[in-house]
Amino acid sequence: MDYHSPASFAEASALAAKATGTTRFLAGGTDVLVQLRSDIVTPDTLIDIKKIGGVRDITRNADGSWTIGVAVTGAEMSEHPELGREWPGLVEAMDLIGSTQVQGRATLTGNLCNASPAADAVPAMVAAEVTISVTGPDGVREVPVEQIPTAPGRTSLAKGEVVSAVNVPARGANGGDAYLRFIPRTEMDIAVVGCGVNLRLDGETITEARVSLGAVAPTVLLVEDCAKAILGTTLDEAALDALAAAASAACNPINDKRGTIEFRTEVAGVLAKRAARIAYARAKGEKA
Amino acid sequence: MALDDRKSEFKFVGTRPDRPDGLDKVTGRAKFGADAHAPGMLHGAILRSPHAHARIVRIDTSRAEALKDVKAVVTRADFSDKVAFKPGLKGEFWNVLENVMAGEKALYDGHAVAAVAATSALAARDALKLIEVEYEVLPHVTDVDKAMQPDAPVIREGAADYSVPEGMHPNVVRYHESGHGDVEAGFAEADLVIEDHFVTEATHQGYIEPHACLATLGNDGKGELWCCTQGHWIVQKTCAALLGIETSQLRVTASEIGGGFGGKTTVFIEPVALALSRKANRPVKLVMSRSEVFRATGPTASASMDVRIGMKKDGTITAAQGVFRLQGGAFPGAPGDMTAMCAFAPYHLTNVRQVGYDVMTNRPKQAAYRAPGAPMGAFAVESVIDELCNKLGLDPIDVRLKNAAHEGTKASYGPRYERIGLVETLEAAKAHPHYSAPLKPGQGRGISCGFWFNHGGETSVSLALSEDGSAQVMVGTPDIGGSRASMALMAAEVLGIPYENIRVTVADTATLGYNDVSHGSRVTYASGLATIKAARNAVEKLCERAAAKWGIPVDAVKWENGCAVPSGPNAGDFDPMPLAEITASMGRTGGPISGHFEATPEGAGVSFGTHIVDAEVDRETGRTTITRYTVIQDAGKAIHPAYVEGQYQGGAAQGIGWALNEEYIYGEDGRLQNSIFLDYRIPVASDLPMIDTVIVEVPNPGHPFGVRGVGETGIVPPLAAIANAVSNAAGLRMRQLPMSPPRVLAALKGNG
Repeated sequence: MDYHSPASFAEASALAAKATGTTRFLAGGTDVLVQLRSDIVTPDTLIDIKKIGGVRDITRNADGSWTIGVAVTGAEMSEHPELGREWPGLVEAMDLIGSTQVQGRATLTGNLCNASPAADAVPAMVAAEVTISVTGPDGVREVPVEQIPTAPGRTSLAKGEVVSAVNVPARGANGGDAYLRFIPRTEMDIAVVGCGVNLRLDGETITEARVSLGAVAPTVLLVEDCAKAILGTTLDEAALDALAAAASAACNPINDKRGTIEFRTEVAGVLAKRAARIAYARAKGEKA
Repeated sequence: MALDDRKSEFKFVGTRPDRPDGLDKVTGRAKFGADAHAPGMLHGAILRSPHAHARIVRIDTSRAEALKDVKAVVTRADFSDKVAFKPGLKGEFWNVLENVMAGEKALYDGHAVAAVAATSALAARDALKLIEVEYEVLPHVTDVDKAMQPDAPVIREGAADYSVPEGMHPNVVRYHESGHGDVEAGFAEADLVIEDHFVTEATHQGYIEPHACLATLGNDGKGELWCCTQGHWIVQKTCAALLGIETSQLRVTASEIGGGFGGKTTVFIEPVALALSRKANRPVKLVMSRSEVFRATGPTASASMDVRIGMKKDGTITAAQGVFRLQGGAFPGAPGDMTAMCAFAPYHLTNVRQVGYDVMTNRPKQAAYRAPGAPMGAFAVESVIDELCNKLGLDPIDVRLKNAAHEGTKASYGPRYERIGLVETLEAAKAHPHYSAPLKPGQGRGISCGFWFNHGGETSVSLALSEDGSAQVMVGTPDIGGSRASMALMAAEVLGIPYENIRVTVADTATLGYNDVSHGSRVTYASGLATIKAARNAVEKLCERAAAKWGIPVDAVKWENGCAVPSGPNAGDFDPMPLAEITASMGRTGGPISGHFEATPEGAGVSFGTHIVDAEVDRETGRTTITRYTVIQDAGKAIHPAYVEGQYQGGAAQGIGWALNEEYIYGEDGRLQNSIFLDYRIPVASDLPMIDTVIVEVPNPGHPFGVRGVGETGIVPPLAAIANAVSNAAGLRMRQLPMSPPRVLAALKGNG
């Protein structure tokens, strides 16, 4: 195994481009190192991106948007004084992953690039309309998060491409987000269903909505029908029921050790309603 | 119940000092199974079958053996031929051999087929990939009911014993039937009879420490084995038999143990490590991964059960019968007999009949798990009793009190009970504030009783006094529940010296006589009894020395508060002679003073408990939260009450996991789907409420201080108590464990 710790993303990209065999980028390592030790994936080339300048920074930009470095950990996001006030759903989703120890290592970027359909941070990022910057041999491109995972364990990133930043939009006025997952336990588990909701209100009325679902299909889903079900409403019971129905209808889950098709389909609707209520309250400036 | 203001007859027993091994464990100084190292040590790794059932056609180890780092490769062929696992092994030894290294067939996913010793753990792991195994895959079965069907694949012909009736499938290997009275006549007397079917899935003990050992075996037949076990003498005996060496030539030392719960009462990797060591002529360390622990150690049995109970309108049980089918993997041993015998044991019944089946399937060989077999039976029986109470509008504790077994009751499994404490636990439950606390909407309350036999077993203890008046106690039962503290308290009580002046050591097989495993809730009872008697033996000698010094007969000396004193005014006027004064000169007054005791104590004293559980069910997701839990159990006499409470809480915690989310999940291919803690859903701390405990003390006449074992009974009631709580919260009867959210939601949606 070749281990590299490049000083720039351009260098990281070049190393990956010319590598043969299996290549992995190492940030927190909470997936890569576990897979390595479990004899699941033994990379031929391991490119450690933690030593690139700025990768541990959470930066607020002039327009109110945020840039989160690729090695920023869940703990650093949770402890940031401003980020969680603006994007509580995103921060809470990241904070649900693993244990305290894992939170000291795990990153948004790793959670995305591991491409698990059950990743907690990913539906929250999709709902928040987060994009990522991808550095490749031809320069940097910006890609919506929902376009990265293509199948369980697979991404749309090409050979030589590396995620170089996470871009979170400006919160703006009257907005709120939320993420909920279903697990049979209270922590240290993996989502059986996940749901992210991000709303903007005009008074009591929903004017913008993004609803995402995790663990109910091969990849994270951005469900337009869910958004339609609540746009223009005040999130009354009829809207919530329509939202739940749209969420369940969008599911394309599997039966596995973690849950059944029927269960995931039903609970996707339940979580969509519950997450929407929280996001709505937050958009109204209430504590939730 | 323990009362703070009751004057105790004891000075040390019943207090709560710090455990002697506490500092070692919180500082990391304690040495567990994987903490041992030896010069020239190799690392072992085991190749395991990916198939649930397959004939092993050919194993080619030549590519692995050719590696520079590989120093030995073993398969079953090595064991039985050249270096001979003793040929002609019979019975359980043969079963254990077959389990630790597959013979003609791989019998379950994870069954060991070959092993490697190499200069590093990584080299050993990589070498496994070079071993070629040609399998002929055979049809498999993992479900107990399917394994009894006529068309089920046969795991092994001829494994059944004499007890199995004619015409049963060869996978049924043991049969048990017992009871008394006339159940049909009893059912005819009932106002309501309920019969129902119940299913439980296999669970794992989930001990935090994977099996690990360090083995050295020379060609001279002398060996040393360090391992994580609940009983090193059974390890010694089994390994010696499997390797064809003399038992006494193998010295086995038990490491500190990170949990066992019955799962470490046999061997899995130890004979393999010894065989590798003998072949490589180097020490070999073997450490299981968590996945290996799940796939290839001994989970509990799964069960399919039919229970029928008749009750009068006043709550009197007129008849009870049960059929309990347990699968225990690809070997005989599922505790169908235990399930049957324990199922109705809490009740005074005129008419009772129980049948148990031990069934083989293509799963790992089951091992004991806390009161093996009893929790499943209690789940079925106590669920039916709960349903009868609901239908007849009766209070579940009153009904249990009305039918409770007591001293003189002919137990459902045969003998008459001596003094037992079931009624006292039920009365304490009824009086507990939990039982009368109001429930919130969406919550339900469940009650269950539970029974376990408890066990005595072969026991040896030695106690040696030091010149400074301190004492060392050598016991042979690995400390899985704070037993070193309990032993020190009991020795302190007899010797009359402070708890802190006594060091209790778990001795190795070379330094003490045979000891049965730390199982059967026997340690505080049997090693405790032996410690008391060994201490009394030392006290006799101390009194002899004092008598000699005073020049009076030994029967004129008694032992009081750590001193020899004249037994009465007529014995003479001498100042009390403290223990330390006698030991200071013992070298000159007759030599070192020690006490010994060896026996197989028979008076373990059966044990009962009653649990109260509140559960809340989320009707939209099927998710259950345990909101309140109270354990009430008879301890006979709690030597160290904090560790008794710990046992109660641990039983409840493991029971909550078993009831709600833990299960072995097999795919259609017969492979275990969830062999890591991420997907084998043991409860995490935040899943549990504070578990309240009440220690009832109805002394066991078979122990000098009244001790009844407490380790196992605590896991008998939870499955039923939780199922009753969930059923009462959900408004429908849950008959299958675990009550995972998909299963509860499906039941609520009417398609369960």
